[in-house]
Amino acid sequence: MAISKSEVLQGTLDLLVLKTLDSMGSMHGFGIALRIQQVSEDLLQLNQGTLYPALLRLEQRGWIASKWGVSENNRKAKYYSLTRAGCRRLVEEAESWDRMSAMINRVLRTT
Amino acid sequence: MRELLRTFVKRLTALFRRRRLEDDLDEELRSHLEMAIELNVRKGMSAADARQEALRSFGGVERTKEMYRDQRGLPMIETAWQDLRFGFRTLRRSPGFTLLAMLCLTLGIGANAAVFSWVEGILLRPYPLVSHQERLVALAGTVGAERDETSWPDLLDVQRSCTLCETLFVSNITGATLSIGERAQVITGSIASANYFDAIGVHPMLGRGFEPGEDSGRNAHPVVVISYHLWQTRFKGDREIIGKTQRFNNVVHTIIGVAPEGFYGTFVGRGIEFWVPASMLEAFNAGYAKLEDRGARWAEAYVRLKPGVTRNQAQQEISAIAARLEAEYPATNRGRDIKVWALWQTPFNHAGELLPIFEIMVVVVMFVLLIVCANVGNLLLVRSFARRHEMTVRLAVGAGRGRLLRQLVTEGLLLSACGAAGGILVAYWCRHALVLLFPVRGGNVVYLPGEIDWRVLAVSGAVCLITTLLLGLIPAMQTSKIDLAGALKSDSAGVVGGGGRTWVRSSLVVLQVTLSFILLVGATLLMQSLRKIRTTNPGFSTTRVFDTSVTLAAAGYDAPRAKTFQDELIQRVRALPGVEAAAYARVVPLGYDSFSSTPIAVDDYEPRANEQPTAEYNEVSPNYFATLGIPRISGREFTRADDENAPRVAIVNQTMAARYWRGQNPIGERLQVKGNWVQVVGVVKDSKYYNMDETPRPFFYVPLRQYFDIEPDIHIRTTQPLQTIQTALIREVRALDPNLALYEMITLQEQVNRSTSQQLVAVTLVALFGGLALLLASIGLYGVMSYIVSQSTRELGLRMALGAGASNVMCLVLSRGLLLTTTGIVIGVAAALLLTRLLGNLLYQVSPRDPLAFGSALVVITIASFVACFLPAWRATRVDPARALRD
Repeated sequence: MAISKSEVLQGTLDLLVLKTLDSMGSMHGFGIALRIQQVSEDLLQLNQGTLYPALLRLEQRGWIASKWGVSENNRKAKYYSLTRAGCRRLVEEAESWDRMSAMINRVLRTT
Repeated sequence: MRELLRTFVKRLTALFRRRRLEDDLDEELRSHLEMAIELNVRKGMSAADARQEALRSFGGVERTKEMYRDQRGLPMIETAWQDLRFGFRTLRRSPGFTLLAMLCLTLGIGANAAVFSWVEGILLRPYPLVSHQERLVALAGTVGAERDETSWPDLLDVQRSCTLCETLFVSNITGATLSIGERAQVITGSIASANYFDAIGVHPMLGRGFEPGEDSGRNAHPVVVISYHLWQTRFKGDREIIGKTQRFNNVVHTIIGVAPEGFYGTFVGRGIEFWVPASMLEAFNAGYAKLEDRGARWAEAYVRLKPGVTRNQAQQEISAIAARLEAEYPATNRGRDIKVWALWQTPFNHAGELLPIFEIMVVVVMFVLLIVCANVGNLLLVRSFARRHEMTVRLAVGAGRGRLLRQLVTEGLLLSACGAAGGILVAYWCRHALVLLFPVRGGNVVYLPGEIDWRVLAVSGAVCLITTLLLGLIPAMQTSKIDLAGALKSDSAGVVGGGGRTWVRSSLVVLQVTLSFILLVGATLLMQSLRKIRTTNPGFSTTRVFDTSVTLAAAGYDAPRAKTFQDELIQRVRALPGVEAAAYARVVPLGYDSFSSTPIAVDDYEPRANEQPTAEYNEVSPNYFATLGIPRISGREFTRADDENAPRVAIVNQTMAARYWRGQNPIGERLQVKGNWVQVVGVVKDSKYYNMDETPRPFFYVPLRQYFDIEPDIHIRTTQPLQTIQTALIREVRALDPNLALYEMITLQEQVNRSTSQQLVAVTLVALFGGLALLLASIGLYGVMSYIVSQSTRELGLRMALGAGASNVMCLVLSRGLLLTTTGIVIGVAAALLLTRLLGNLLYQVSPRDPLAFGSALVVITIASFVACFLPAWRATRVDPARALRD
């Protein structure tokens, strides 16, 4: 079953973007969208457009930085990369996600 | 936290780089879509499908952009900015309305700001450069229920034992003569304690302040600190002035300091020009009071309380000290207390007498502001009616009512902000205007500044916000009634007789009429009171008697020389053509100088417990009563024979005779004055001594020769005009001694006028604002009536078609207008009956419910409203029935 876009919580999208940039290095918006779709094996069907306000929000908070660059097929594109503060944020977010999911799993398994 | 701040800053800066960021966004999204299309084509789709698919998975480019923009900037500020620009355009489209509204608001807010700035600069923080004024209080003595000054030893004791006082300092107003050519001028100065400059935290810009100990010893420290103004005007800003000498009251003083620019001393109403230490007291009061004398009450003091101490606590402690002094020194301190006053109630400068005026002024300007709001509100209503179509369209295309309301409030804010800016400008121009209402006394620096500081700005800002809300609410009430269904229905015509939709506007007019009626009643009451005061018989002639004095003390005359000079001068003056009588007196009635005061004793008069009979007296020469025209009841006048070698004598007034001799004839009886027994030789009628509105008080006169003063006033009764007698007098004085000069010469009527300047100020201000209010209310009434007429042309046409004549129509419209006025007046009468009591102390022999005042206010307002209604009524009669019905 596909996860509908409304269920993609804001914080989750942030985490996905940060993780993607962490593992792939500098990427443009389209690249990030593709990557998230691939990794989630198309389960996550988000409107690619929603990525951009999220990217702006992360940038405003100083977790990612952007720079104009040129894509592999010679197109002008804005490239995003993780900042040091973003790295720290990713670790924190991942930990809290782990705790959260472990907790939920425990609740679900105890009957 | 840091991230939130960072986000906010980024969003804020984004507001200013919008175009650039917008281009970036376009570019980024375009490249995204192009990459997506390229990928889809590579996957094997047709160009059209690839594009379709890319757009589908992107999910709404415009919506994304909208979300992105909301995230990028500060949407609230952006809409506010939009509203502001729109409001600005709307206002510019109707310049007539905008100008009128802004003018009204400027007047309303300006009047408030000006009065606030006066209250701030004159009452709350009256002394520029003085530190911690919020903790300053004034000290004044009381004996029984009456106010009196305090004595120096008492104050020193208070200073020593008061634990709640941070510091106590003395500053008494005094004067010194400076001669300029043939005219002499008294400049205002201050006798201060040695800690004065340190206590107030003002440091001389040149030289030094007083040193501890300079306020003790009799005439021991002739040093003076001069004001910046005096330094600039008389000493031409001489940088080498320190150490130079200058004669003040014939004592050579060394100039030790120059006070900084902008420091005017600590006396509300006057700019102080020099300061001498208290040790110089006797040089400045001609020996009437001695510093060490506990019974000599002359000192006026201020105390700065320690932080957190209330006036009540201080009062308790200081009263306890006063009680201790009373027990310790019963001879001088019986029945005496020391009272703590807030700075704005200071009884020994002009603050106390200005306070009631300002209390009234605050109420009055609030009224004016309310009237302005009602007026501008009415203007806005007309416009909101004209803008119904616009509003309806905006509602129809989906604007929320909240958004519309915000738009209206923004427009109100624009108007009132411009009004506030203009108002503060008006207040700035008017900050010294109060001085204009006070008479200049012999070239003295009258100093009544308004102070526009952040507090005044804050209050004006608050006034502006309240105005905005009131202004925004009025059309909003109208807007919230718009219903979309009726949007395109044409407005059905109004009816002259009916209330209906115009009730908001009508009640605004009624409010204006009410408020201006109250102001008019107040103004009329004050005017009547002023007329009564000025025409009250002061007990002496005013128009043909002149008063001045000769600079004998300043020229260094001693008593014997002065006596010779005075005798010679008075003979020459009596010989002048047109002079009927002339005499000397130490103090001129109703002037600023105090009369001498003494404890008295009378044979057979038993004082009650705690009563120390005292009376004030004047030292006068022969012919005094004839010159001033004070009627003699029995006994005789003083003669040349009542000199220093003759037995001491006195003449008492009626009240004194009645109180101390219980109506028996006091002539030949004894009276004790300053410890000596004198014989009463005459009784004269009561007159006014300090104020025109005082009640009769016991008073007596002694011969100048027996209680000599070097520099008394000379009173001349003559048929000549002022210029003539002044020139003649100067000639005679110069003939005797060319080094002498004359002080300002005025008639006693001028003296009366000066002593009632407080009432004049109140009348002028209230009448000014009352007139303004009346004008605004008339404009309001005119506006509403014109509107009603223009809305009911169809009804009027119908009436005329059915046979109503021009006079019927005119009556109809006029009666509607007068109905509004009458309603306003009825409410106004009720409110005025409650409010005029506020005028209380300012009214002299006029009841706050005086029917004449109410009647004349009624007449004025009825005439004004008749005028305001006439034009619309006349226009109503010009309605063409055929056209009105066809349209």
